[in-house]
Amino acid sequence: MTSATPPTLDFATSAINQALSAEQKTGLFTLMVRIRRFEQAALKYYNAGKMGGFLHLYIGQEAVAVGTISLAGPDDHFITAYRDHGHALAVGMGMNECMAEMFGKQTGCSKGKGGSMHFFAPDKNFWGGHGIVAGQTPLGLGLAYGLKYLGREGCCLCYLGDGAVNQGTFHESLNLSGLFEIPVVFVIENNGYSMGTSQERSSAYTGCLAQRAEAYGIAWDVINGADIFEVRAKTHIAMARARSQHKPTLLEIDTYRYYGHSVADANAKKYRTPEEIEHYKQNHDPITLLRRRLITEGVLTDATADAIHLAAAEEAAAAVKFADESPAPTVADIGTDVYWETDHATAASKIGRHFFND
Amino acid sequence: MSRIITYRAALREGLDEELARDPNVVLIGEEVAQYNGAYKVTEGLWKKWGSRRIFDTPISEAGFIGMGIGASMLGVRPVMELMFWSFHSVAFDQLVNNAACVRYMSGGLCHCPIVVRGPANGGTGVGATHSHIPEALFAAFPGLKVCAPATPADAKGLIKAAIRDNDPVYVMENTLLYGMSGEVPDPAAGDHLVPLGLAEVKRAGSDISLIAHGRSVIHCLAAAETLYAEHGIHCEVLDLRSIRPLDQDAILNTVRKTHRAVLVDESKPFGGVSAMVGMLIQEHAFDALDAPIQRVCSLDAPAIYSPHIEHEQLPSPRRIVAKVLAIT
Repeated sequence: MTSATPPTLDFATSAINQALSAEQKTGLFTLMVRIRRFEQAALKYYNAGKMGGFLHLYIGQEAVAVGTISLAGPDDHFITAYRDHGHALAVGMGMNECMAEMFGKQTGCSKGKGGSMHFFAPDKNFWGGHGIVAGQTPLGLGLAYGLKYLGREGCCLCYLGDGAVNQGTFHESLNLSGLFEIPVVFVIENNGYSMGTSQERSSAYTGCLAQRAEAYGIAWDVINGADIFEVRAKTHIAMARARSQHKPTLLEIDTYRYYGHSVADANAKKYRTPEEIEHYKQNHDPITLLRRRLITEGVLTDATADAIHLAAAEEAAAAVKFADESPAPTVADIGTDVYWETDHATAASKIGRHFFND
Repeated sequence: MSRIITYRAALREGLDEELARDPNVVLIGEEVAQYNGAYKVTEGLWKKWGSRRIFDTPISEAGFIGMGIGASMLGVRPVMELMFWSFHSVAFDQLVNNAACVRYMSGGLCHCPIVVRGPANGGTGVGATHSHIPEALFAAFPGLKVCAPATPADAKGLIKAAIRDNDPVYVMENTLLYGMSGEVPDPAAGDHLVPLGLAEVKRAGSDISLIAHGRSVIHCLAAAETLYAEHGIHCEVLDLRSIRPLDQDAILNTVRKTHRAVLVDESKPFGGVSAMVGMLIQEHAFDALDAPIQRVCSLDAPAIYSPHIEHEQLPSPRRIVAKVLAIT
C-alpha cells in the first residue's frame, strides 16, 4: 500500500491475461467472491461463538491468492501463514471442510486438529496454513528444494505477510534460496500492518520491502494487489523463472485488509483511520475493480455478477450448516495423527512406549 | 562376524548404507560435505556421493532444518546434522512447531520423515552454550522420537532405523564417544538395525539396576565392575538406547529382578529423562522396590567451563558407586 507505483500499464492486455477466456475470467471473479462470502459467513459465526481461537480474515486481499494460484501448473505448490482461507479455497478446497475445521469438527480438513490457521490439502499441493510468523518460509524453501531434488518441474509459492519480513528465518530462507538456486517465489502480501504496527513503524527499508532481495542477489518486483491482472502478469514471470531456471524471486504484492489482524484485534480501528479503510474499499477493492472491468468487457452483467454473489452466499450458508451439524472429534481422536508409524500400526510402532498417558 | 570399529565410523557406515539403499536420502548440514564433518562423522561421503546427496549449508540452523522439513513432506528423506545439539535453540520453532506438529495440525495429511543428528553432551570444555543435553526436552513433545546410542553397534543400528522411520527422529550422539571402539556386525552378515524403543541389558546382575543412556552407560559399566570387584555387588546395567519410544517393559523387568535402581542421566535433575523413568517405576513397580530410587545427574547449574572441575559436574563411575553403596 505504500510503495507501489500507480499502474500506468493495462495489465489485462498482457499475453497471460489475453489468453483468458470469458469463462476463465468469470471463474476468477467467482472465486474471489466465494472467498469473501465464505469469510463473511465465518465472521458471523465466529462472533456467534461457534468457533474458538483466532479468525484472521483475508477480506480485501482476495486478488493475491486467486491471481497467483490461477497460474499454477500441475506441480506448483503453495504454503502460507495463518491468514490462509483465501489460498485454501483458491487451490480448490471446499467450503465445507474449511468451515468445519473452524467449527472444530471431525469433518474439517484437518479433522478439527488445526483450526482456522492450519488448513492443509496436500492432494491439491497446498501445504498449510502455518501459525508462527515466517515459520513457514523455510518450509516453502524446502518444498521447492524437494521439487528440484526429485527432478519435478514446478515451483513453490511461499506467502508471507509484511510482518514476517523482519524474522530471521525469512532472511535465512532468502539466502539459502539464492545460494542453492531453489525454485521458490516468496510472495509478501503487504497489507501495511504487522498486527497493529504499520510498515513505517516496523521495517527499515529503502523504496520497498521487496528491495531487500538485492542483498541476496534475488530478482524482485512490486505488484498492485488490487488488480488481479497485474498480479497474474508479474507473478507469471517469477514462476516461469523458478520453473525453468531454478531461480527464486521475491514479490511484494501491495494489498489491504479491511478487518483487524484477527477478529480479536481490539485496536483494529485505532491504529488506522476509518477514512483510510473506506478509501480502500471505495477505490482499491479487488472484487469491485474486476467486476467493473468484466462488465465493461461484456463478460459479466450486473445481473450475472449479483447472481454469483448470491450463489456464493448460499454455498457459504450451506457450509455453515454442514459444519454445525458435523460431529465433534472424540477423546480417542486426540491420540491419533501424532506419529505416522502408530497411525499405520507398523512393526516399529509396536516397539516401546510412544504415549505416556495413565 | 563382527569388526572392531569406532562409534564415528559406525555412524558413517550407517549413513553410507542408507544413502546407497534409498536415493531420496540426503545429508545436509554445516561442514558435512567438503570439510568432511566438524567431527568427521561424514568423512569421505561427499567424495563418494557428490554434492547432490550431501551438501554444506551456511550457518542457518532454522533455515536448513526448516528446508529439510519442507522437503520431507514431498518425499525427500533429509538427514540433518547439528554440529552441536546445543544449537537447537536457534532452530527450535522448526524442530518443534513444524516437525513435531505438522502431522497433527494437518489431521494426518502431512508427515515428516526427517533425522536430525549430532552430539549432545558436556565434558569437552566448551562452556554452557555448547554443552546442552536436550534428550528429555525433545522427548517431551509428542510427534518427536529421540534416541541416544552408547556404543558403536547401537550408533549404526539406530541411525539406520531413524532414517527408515517415517516420523521425525532426533539422534543424540556424543563427542566423547566418537573415538570409542567396539564390535559392530559385518555388513556382509545383513542389515544391522536397532529398532527405536528397544532397550538392552548391557550387563546382567541381580543386586541393583543401573539405568542409563548415552555415555552414562559407559560410566555405569565401569561402576559395575568396581562394585563387583570391591564390594561383591552384582549390578545390572540397562541401556535405554531410545528415549521416545521408551522401553518401559525392560525398565520394569530389571527393577522387578533387582528391587533397587539408580538412574544415571547426564541431563540436569529437573525434568530429565531419569525423572520420567523414576515416575514410571513408582507408578508400575512400586511394590517391587526395596529402597528409594536414586539418581546421578549432572550437578544442577549451567555447564561449567573449567577443565579442572567440569568432569565433577557430570555423572561419573565414582558418583555412581557412591550412590549404589548408599542403598545396598
